[in-house]
Amino acid sequence: MGRLQRFGLIGAPSAQLVAQRAARLQRHSGLALAVFLPLHFWLLAQSLKGSGALDYALAWTRPAPVRLAEVVLVSALAFHVAGGIRLMLIEFFACHEFQKNLFVISCGFATAAGLLFALNDF
Amino acid sequence: MLDVAVWRGTTEGSFEHFDVPRSDSQTVLDVVTYIQRHLDTTLAYRFSCRVGVCGSCAMKVNGVARWTCRTHVSSVAGDGHLEIAPLDHLPRLRDLVCDMTPFFEKWTRAGGAFVPFEPPETTVKRGFAAIDPLSQKRLEAEAGIECIGCGVCYSECDTVGRLPEYLGPAALNRAWTLTNDERDGRGASRLRAVAGDAGCHSCHTQMSCSERCPKRLTPAASIAGLKRASALAALRGKL
Amino acid sequence: MTHPSRETWLWLIHRGSAVAMLPFVAGHLILMMLTVRSGLSAADILGRTQGSVSLVAYYGFFVLFVSVHAALGLRTELAEKLGWRGNRLDLAAATMGLLLLATGGRAVWAVYSVSA
Ligand code: SF4
Ligand code: SF4
Ligand code: FES
Repeated sequence: MGRLQRFGLIGAPSAQLVAQRAARLQRHSGLALAVFLPLHFWLLAQSLKGSGALDYALAWTRPAPVRLAEVVLVSALAFHVAGGIRLMLIEFFACHEFQKNLFVISCGFATAAGLLFALNDF
Repeated sequence: MLDVAVWRGTTEGSFEHFDVPRSDSQTVLDVVTYIQRHLDTTLAYRFSCRVGVCGSCAMKVNGVARWTCRTHVSSVAGDGHLEIAPLDHLPRLRDLVCDMTPFFEKWTRAGGAFVPFEPPETTVKRGFAAIDPLSQKRLEAEAGIECIGCGVCYSECDTVGRLPEYLGPAALNRAWTLTNDERDGRGASRLRAVAGDAGCHSCHTQMSCSERCPKRLTPAASIAGLKRASALAALRGKL
Repeated sequence: MTHPSRETWLWLIHRGSAVAMLPFVAGHLILMMLTVRSGLSAADILGRTQGSVSLVAYYGFFVLFVSVHAALGLRTELAEKLGWRGNRLDLAAATMGLLLLATGGRAVWAVYSVSA
């Protein structure tokens, strides 16, 4: 049994799979946020043309699929932050045990943030 | 009987199936040896010590890199199937044999050689270096010193796959043990060797290497150490 | 293998900007949970932000940190995915960072200066 598994909450799935998944999620959530940011900025900058223009742009964010994308982005942000803290714990404080638990917690945090946002939004 | 699929060929090639009888305490290396001795003498593979010391027998077993001499069939082939392939991220020479040259070249590039801080004559005159076994540095070195150079971590590291020049966990782990060796004199120049654009800062710290190292080392922790050490050196203007 | 000092500094800045952003992201997450509740409208947003120096400072720093952090993250991605190296890589990263900074700064200015 691997070191990570010994300290993991979940016994069965290979901790390495978790490691690869965590790496991929960290990367993809970051990428998604980086792509989203210019859109976010563009939308807010619409107010330069007056608050009517901002309202017009905001209307585009109200269809359900866009709201769903927002929920995903909120989760991505929460995951990226929690996963980033996890990484920096290893890098700066040499805390390299409990990683699987911390990964599970990051996922939980991301889901919770997404749900909370969805509940408030829908 | 075990159903064993073995990689034949080089980069081009395919899996060949063999039936191998089960036996007690059988290791994956025993299975490969059985095939080579009884079923197909042309099968190429590598091993030496058979007891987990030399690091030459690493292969991918059911998709995961392992030291085959210390991997029991019972622990990896519950369903009676084995798939044995050469390690990832290394040129394939033939069948299960990889060319380890790039792997060890990276050890050299990462400053993997011990460089005494004083000429040997001086050391002889002065007597052996006294290292406190409980000093922080000695403990750091201790944690990474038992590497057998098997290449399991290198094969399992995603970053090596994405960034082929990346020095990889084993070479960086070696550099970290030397960074903590009080008799070593390379100092900041070794940090410069490991901190470049395919060095320690490219590591994503997701710990596949630490998870898979058969010697239970934590290369990811060593690499984090190198990141901190090089960052400190940079902050002090010494990198 | 090149530029150990550059790579080390960029690593430090990437992680440093991440740490610096933590309180901002926490604030942003909480704020958006609260505000999305009432439904988003220009009047709501601009009513909160317009003329508020503290909010403009908050979002200004946030934009600065996120631009740096995202540019460095994208730099890694370009190096790994597209194999870019050297000056081309650094120019691309700098361009993305500056673009984010400019568009972000413009957005902050917009919500600060325009009245509802
Ligand atoms: S922690 Fe770093 S060296 Fe280890 S497998 Fe991951 S990327 Fe590779
Ligand atoms: S660090 Fe572990 S897995 Fe990597 S080469 Fe050394 S012994 Fe093998
Ligand atoms: S044969 Fe030496 S480690 Fe396996």
